[in-house]
Amino acid sequence: MALDVQIEKKLPDFELNVAFSASEAPLSILGPSGAGKTMLLRCIAGLEQPGHGRVSLNGRVLFDSDQGIRVPARRRRVGMVFQHYALFPHRTVAENIAFGLLELSREEQAARLSTLIARTHLEGLAERYPRALSGGEQQRTALARALAIDPEALLLDEPLSSLDTHLRSQVEAQLQETFAAYRRPTLLVTHNIEEAYRLGEQLLVLSRGKVAAFGSKEDVFRRPPTREVGQLTGCKNFSRARRNADGSVEALDWNCRLRVEQTISRPPAFVGIRAHHIDFLESTPPGAASENVLPCWLVRTSETPFRITLYLSLRQPAADTSAYDLQAEVFKEKWQRFRNLPHPWHVRLSPDSLFLMPE
Amino acid sequence: MDLSPLWISLATSVTATAITFVAGLAAAVWRERYTSPAMALVDGIFLLPLVLPPTVVGFLLLLLFGRHGPLGKLLLQFGATIVFSWPATVIAAAVVAFPLMYLTSRAALEQVQPELLQAARTLGASEWRVFREIALPLAWPGVLAGTILSFARALGEFGATLMIAGNIPGRTETIPIAIYFAVEADEMQRALTWCAVDVVISLALLSGLYYWTRAQGLGRAQRMAR
Repeated sequence: MALDVQIEKKLPDFELNVAFSASEAPLSILGPSGAGKTMLLRCIAGLEQPGHGRVSLNGRVLFDSDQGIRVPARRRRVGMVFQHYALFPHRTVAENIAFGLLELSREEQAARLSTLIARTHLEGLAERYPRALSGGEQQRTALARALAIDPEALLLDEPLSSLDTHLRSQVEAQLQETFAAYRRPTLLVTHNIEEAYRLGEQLLVLSRGKVAAFGSKEDVFRRPPTREVGQLTGCKNFSRARRNADGSVEALDWNCRLRVEQTISRPPAFVGIRAHHIDFLESTPPGAASENVLPCWLVRTSETPFRITLYLSLRQPAADTSAYDLQAEVFKEKWQRFRNLPHPWHVRLSPDSLFLMPE
Repeated sequence: MDLSPLWISLATSVTATAITFVAGLAAAVWRERYTSPAMALVDGIFLLPLVLPPTVVGFLLLLLFGRHGPLGKLLLQFGATIVFSWPATVIAAAVVAFPLMYLTSRAALEQVQPELLQAARTLGASEWRVFREIALPLAWPGVLAGTILSFARALGEFGATLMIAGNIPGRTETIPIAIYFAVEADEMQRALTWCAVDVVISLALLSGLYYWTRAQGLGRAQRMAR
């Protein structure tokens, strides 16, 4: 089971140029708006023609510019869930789902329909029209409809973006359940970092039409290969870096010397750490020489219900400046324990949490 | 009184509307697929019968279907002459009604979200099925409006019909032509009667369709909200 994709297509602002393959592990495609994510899915589904390249699914060539093969969308057996679901408004839920079942006998259609309805928890809604469904129900209908054709690959375009926040975790669970049962190439496009992480096993980061990172999600998040991927996966803290003769790393923007666990073959250009990996020491360390411990001053804060983001300066800040060097995120409980300590505070950048990027 | 103009008018309008329905819709679907700038010329040609005076349309049709015209010659080989026969009234009515059907149904088809058609394609539907089961039902109110407009235009057609079909009582004499020649012959009573018939038909048609589409629209809205 494999979907192999190699596509080049000129877009108004840049060129989409990607190559990757996906097996049965769900693959999240993460990228900012306008990175070419949707276009990539549309090319695989056969709704757009790439300028050049090759797409094959389980050995079946769907597109090959050299051989002039262009299998039309209706013969690709690639299920697609559109961002706004694209449910047929004049057909009921059952009629929507059964749209792709035309070639089956009446009995088979009915049997398959009820399996799909049960699998997507749409019991009791079969006779409704899409307009009378909630967002989550519409999403499930779209999913059931795409699965009806027994697709060899499943493509989902921003499956959660049109849903209210409180529905997302519910729909996410449904999607995870579906993916676990489906085990065929599944591509899921999103600009939401957490969605990409929760729903995918593999992760592909797309930036202006190019693959910026591709691998297991743990690897990509833990050790982003470039600064750009670091930013796209939500990392907030970067400093220009240089390797010292003794193997430590000089963080030029943070004006300090750090020990970093990770070793990379190329000389590092940047060092980074995620906001929630910054550790606040609740008592002043014994000597100033403590490894990877830096004094810092609070510049400002920003709260969410359970966490707080602290903007920190590594130099004693002038009263009127809001310039900061580090952005840290901690649970409020933790914050309560050190918020009243006298400045400077001390943060530890754990050698294990720091990562290096050659570009 | 000779009722033949009524039957001729109805038969002509119904036949012309049927032809226009298929041709206008087909042209709209075909045109929607292409976006090249050259298509502006095609659009212009399709809309010409709407802007040209009907007499000009009739004259051009006469050139086309006449004994020495390209289509006229072709038909003559099969032993058929179109000019000054009943089919000529149908051709004239269909040609002048065509732009209305084309314009309205194209606008209606353009309103259908392209994603719905694409979704249908990914689900394995042929282009015909995509049109028949998704595009047409969703564009139906507009397509229906185009059909009504076409029928109304065909029923009222005068100038082009007179040019290409003439006034042969019992064969090509439609209601508008009967009225014109009645007035010319100073038979005011006869002219007035046909005017009344025309008004009654038009009113009945329009109000009937109004109630029918309203009932349909309501039913549709209720169904979809269920």
